[in-house]
Amino acid sequence: MARYILRRVLLALPALFGLVLLTFVLTRVIPGDPAATLAGDSATPAQIADIRARYGLDRPIWEQALVHVKQVLTGDLGSSIFSGRPVIEEIGFRLPATLELTFFALFLATAIGIPLGVVAALNHNGPVDQLVRLISVGGLAIASFWLALMLQLVFAMEWDVLPLRGRVEVELGTPPLRTGFLLIDSLLAGRLDQFRDALWHLVLPAVTLCLPGLASIARFTRSGMLEMLQKDFVLYARAAGYGRFRLYAIYVLRNAVTVTVTQIGLLFGALISGAVAVEAIYDWPGLGTYAVQAILSADYKALLAVTLVVGVVYAAVNVLVDVVQALVDPRVAEDIR
Amino acid sequence: MIALRRLLRDPVACFGLLLVLGALFIALFAPWIAPYPEDAYESHIMQRLRPPSAEFPFGTDNLGRDILSRVILGTRSALVVAVAVVGASLLIGVPIGLLAGWRDGWLSDVLMRLTDVFLAVPQLILALALGQLLAPGLSTAMLALALTYWPFFARTVYAETRRLRTALFVDALAGIGASTTRILLLHVLPNAAPAILIRATIGMGFTILTAALLGFLGVGAAPPSPDWGLAVAEARQHLPEAWWFPTFPGLAILLLVLGFNLLGDGLRDIADPRLRRSRH
Amino acid sequence: MSIMGEGRPVLSVENLAVHIRTDAGVARILDDVTFAVPRGGALGVVGESGCGKSTLLRAILGILPRGATVPKGAVLFEDRDILTDRAASARGRIGFIPQDPYLSLNPVFRAGDQFLEIMRRHAPGSRRDHRDTLVELFRAVQLPDPGGALAKYPHQFSGGQRQRLLIAAALACEPALVVADEPTTALDVTTQREILGLLRQLTTERGLSLLFVTHDFGVLAAVCDQVAVLYAGRVAETGPTRAVLDDPQHPYARMLLACHPDRAVDLLGIPGTVPAATAQPPGCRFHPRCPASRADCAGVPPPLLPLAAGRAVACPYHAEAMLG
Repeated sequence: MARYILRRVLLALPALFGLVLLTFVLTRVIPGDPAATLAGDSATPAQIADIRARYGLDRPIWEQALVHVKQVLTGDLGSSIFSGRPVIEEIGFRLPATLELTFFALFLATAIGIPLGVVAALNHNGPVDQLVRLISVGGLAIASFWLALMLQLVFAMEWDVLPLRGRVEVELGTPPLRTGFLLIDSLLAGRLDQFRDALWHLVLPAVTLCLPGLASIARFTRSGMLEMLQKDFVLYARAAGYGRFRLYAIYVLRNAVTVTVTQIGLLFGALISGAVAVEAIYDWPGLGTYAVQAILSADYKALLAVTLVVGVVYAAVNVLVDVVQALVDPRVAEDIR
Repeated sequence: MIALRRLLRDPVACFGLLLVLGALFIALFAPWIAPYPEDAYESHIMQRLRPPSAEFPFGTDNLGRDILSRVILGTRSALVVAVAVVGASLLIGVPIGLLAGWRDGWLSDVLMRLTDVFLAVPQLILALALGQLLAPGLSTAMLALALTYWPFFARTVYAETRRLRTALFVDALAGIGASTTRILLLHVLPNAAPAILIRATIGMGFTILTAALLGFLGVGAAPPSPDWGLAVAEARQHLPEAWWFPTFPGLAILLLVLGFNLLGDGLRDIADPRLRRSRH
Repeated sequence: MSIMGEGRPVLSVENLAVHIRTDAGVARILDDVTFAVPRGGALGVVGESGCGKSTLLRAILGILPRGATVPKGAVLFEDRDILTDRAASARGRIGFIPQDPYLSLNPVFRAGDQFLEIMRRHAPGSRRDHRDTLVELFRAVQLPDPGGALAKYPHQFSGGQRQRLLIAAALACEPALVVADEPTTALDVTTQREILGLLRQLTTERGLSLLFVTHDFGVLAAVCDQVAVLYAGRVAETGPTRAVLDDPQHPYARMLLACHPDRAVDLLGIPGTVPAATAQPPGCRFHPRCPASRADCAGVPPPLLPLAAGRAVACPYHAEAMLG
């Protein structure tokens, strides 16, 4: 098992290295002069040249690439051009906010999507199945920014039962940050009121964010279940007298879920992308709003860092998914050797 | 033909087909269908933010324009963007997938690793960054979408080519001296077509959704274009008073994307008939 | 009924009909099937694929597919109709050995856990008792390392070992009847012989009844003392295995045995094709292919006629057909 995990980690490295290079290429080679962008519209040629020299933009391109890779490898992502603070520090504060949101959304998507998929498969081609199909296709068709606005309109503006935006109520304050996850930190501090507050703020963004994931998980669970229900071992288990609930909810589901687990890994990328829009609308102080801000202020250092961090998180989640899959299905770790 | 008949037997997929055909019809004849076609660019400050009525079924927006007309007029640009992006992605992704799937060795590896790298890039962030580096606008948004969507086609075509390469008939063709290009274009590609078609249908829905999001974030279509995403963004400042303002453009996005997705879903069911039968 | 061991049979199938709704119409998969498994005896049901063997099995095991109806007949297990009396207790009392040992175990669960779950529901005693019982059974089926087998996953066993596991599992809840569905077709010939010997030995030792479904007369002869020949959802002939194999009465059985000395059921040597289950011919279902058929064979389906020595045949002209 340990060897298997190590192998998965090593396999992820080339893709990450490629990502480092790609981010560099994207910011330097594509038409458009970063120095000119940085200097602003009204800059004189002298000012642009000055900026070019300061950021090493006048060196040969391969040298810039080398410097870039070296900096990334030593963890030096530079300082934000906008705020002047080290990018890594700003991200360190915002990453947990995004992760708390995405993990919570992923939890919702899994907790609702898997039972939906199971129920649909057991009613194959029946009315419930068609309904779940409509939900799962519809969930992928709703524009998250629009859903967010609609939810705000109904739950925060009209009925006023959930907070409109943000991560905490200012007058309630935040617990001392240890993990950066407010749900955990508030519990560690023993502040149930803050826990409730954090949870309440999390509901609308997480519901908005989870919908596409929920849809995918439901559909993959459904097709996984359908595939597994055709297998001889299900017939055998029924003939041998397994209980119905146990047979479907545990025995068959575990096989079906191996497919779903892989999908969750791929979904995570979509979740992070979706978080950009969702965070923007709910003013969630996470990486998404940071990225948008970085883009709008042409803060390419910050943008590079966000892309890299997201890439690393994505790779890490996929390694995690592979490990979970090996735990669910004992054959995986042995086959892929 | 058999596939079409099967599709028509599936009520959910039929609904999707109906939505897509309806949108196509609306897009083609938009200037004649819209009650106030000139409202694409004109504004009437005197009648701003009117709620839905017989005169304006979907209400009017912040500049007094008829929302129904703008939703109808926006259908065309939404479809044009989707077709252009999916077409460009096909042009990049299919040759790469074919080549990587057919060849062994370093070229295949490099191409597929490249595909993986593009898949790992957060799509939205790349689109936003490109929009900033080039001039933000619809064409930049389309470029960004195509750049991030082609890997899906490359993956699909790669898998199909790999599968077909080991098939007997391909060996036979090589045996009678058919050239590689000929085999790929005349034999492998048609066999991969169903998978590509499904991917493209779903890609249409996905592209419309992402293009709307880019419009919403201000790096896609620019005002006063009757873009749906842009309309939702403009509506934000007028909530909760003008609920109709974001509601109808958003519903338009939902219905069109739903149409493509249901259609793609139905096509996928036909391509994978194993899941149709039930043994329990 | 004509075939009887001592006392009441453990399982008797009486005039069973099973229909399945399909897109092409109603398939009359089983039509008036009657036979009995005597207590302590072994009955083989033999027939080609498509004759209704697996539907028969599913009816007996209580897992008929969706869309199946039972317009008439009963499956009496220990004198209770298990088709109507849904008492779960019958489940553990019928042990099941499936056809394919490779596909019948769930690959992602430990073999032991899969069997313990069955015992939890259908056998008395604690989990510890169940473990002990299983290890003992693993020893009885000559599985290497019986104690360690509980913790292994299915893919860690060979095909023959898996079939041994499944035989042990079929015996785990102390059944009165073991139902085996061609349990050796997926195995190589040597393993096949070992498994059959083991099955015969275990059921005799424990005084169990056995219902053995197969398409192979050779396998049948090795295991069963009674046989029922199934054609197109009906019993063509029943009787003691030796007698039926040496001197078949029904034209179908006779042709099968004549043109296939290796005794595997295969209709390639008989002209015509098996009728589709949705379009069965009227009367005797074999008559379109039967060399001895007459005009009235297409009339009323022939009933099972009792013969001497516990035999029965569903052909009124079996004596004449024999001469011809």
